[in-house]
Amino acid sequence: MRSLIDTHDPRLRVYLTGFVLALALTILPFSLVVFKVLPETWALAVVGGLAVVQMGVHLHYFLHLNLSASERSNLLSLAFAAVIIFMMAGGTMWIMFNLHYRMMA
Amino acid sequence: MSDATMPPMHGSALVMEEARVHDERAFGFWIYLMSDAIIFSLLFATYAVMVDRTAGGPQAHSLFDLSYTFGETMLLLFSSTTFGLASLAIRAENKGAVLFWLAVTFALGAGFVAMEIFEFHGMVAAGAGPERSGFLSSFFTLVATHGLHVTTGLIWIVVLSIEVLVKGLSAPVTSRIHRLGLFWHFLDIVWVGIFSVVYLPGSF
Repeated sequence: MRSLIDTHDPRLRVYLTGFVLALALTILPFSLVVFKVLPETWALAVVGGLAVVQMGVHLHYFLHLNLSASERSNLLSLAFAAVIIFMMAGGTMWIMFNLHYRMMA
Repeated sequence: MSDATMPPMHGSALVMEEARVHDERAFGFWIYLMSDAIIFSLLFATYAVMVDRTAGGPQAHSLFDLSYTFGETMLLLFSSTTFGLASLAIRAENKGAVLFWLAVTFALGAGFVAMEIFEFHGMVAAGAGPERSGFLSSFFTLVATHGLHVTTGLIWIVVLSIEVLVKGLSAPVTSRIHRLGLFWHFLDIVWVGIFSVVYLPGSF
């Protein structure tokens, strides 16, 4: 019976590092909301920032995205998707909040 | 390109051609994931617009239980890591370990879906179903779209586990597991957005 984990594989360390980082980046925002150490606006801004960092951790340690040449097309399509998301999601919120401000306030 | 137009290939040339095809498929799948990310981002934008439109119905604060959400988050994070261990087992060409870690990933993912169904059932039973307000419509659309993706991933895990059992760790099978891994890790990234945009702000 071979062991379930190949401890000689250098990628094991990569996955475990990603797991520990993601765990820390999850516990931190949850405790910010539970213990309310910061005022709401600041706390939620930090929560958003930590979410972006954690997404980066997942992309790097679990999806093995990096700046090497072999990953360039993956990275480029991610960057393109990010631009589209910025325009479509950001634009949606900009227009709708502006409309709300003009109609209701 | 059909086989008839290809020159006959042998040995390492065939292996290299197969690897190139699998790389291409992984990239194609990556492009699908990026378009899926755009869909999710628009559901997030819709939620952000609708979150205060409660129409006199229940508000986020009274509906969410953070320790419950934390449990769901842990199930998905652990399942993402155990899928990584399945990928390592493929590199070690250890069929038993691949099947074991896929099974663990399935169990954790199924636990997540079960918790989500239980949560939704409780909300609908308490009169906070998707038809109650714009806030709840957008909440159920966003979170359930993610939940349906996870359910699809679960079915996919079962199918590929059977393929591993029947065909072994052949190159086509491992390339499919690789794409399933991209899908599974991607869903955990979307969940990070969901707890950061929906559950944490709603519980402050």
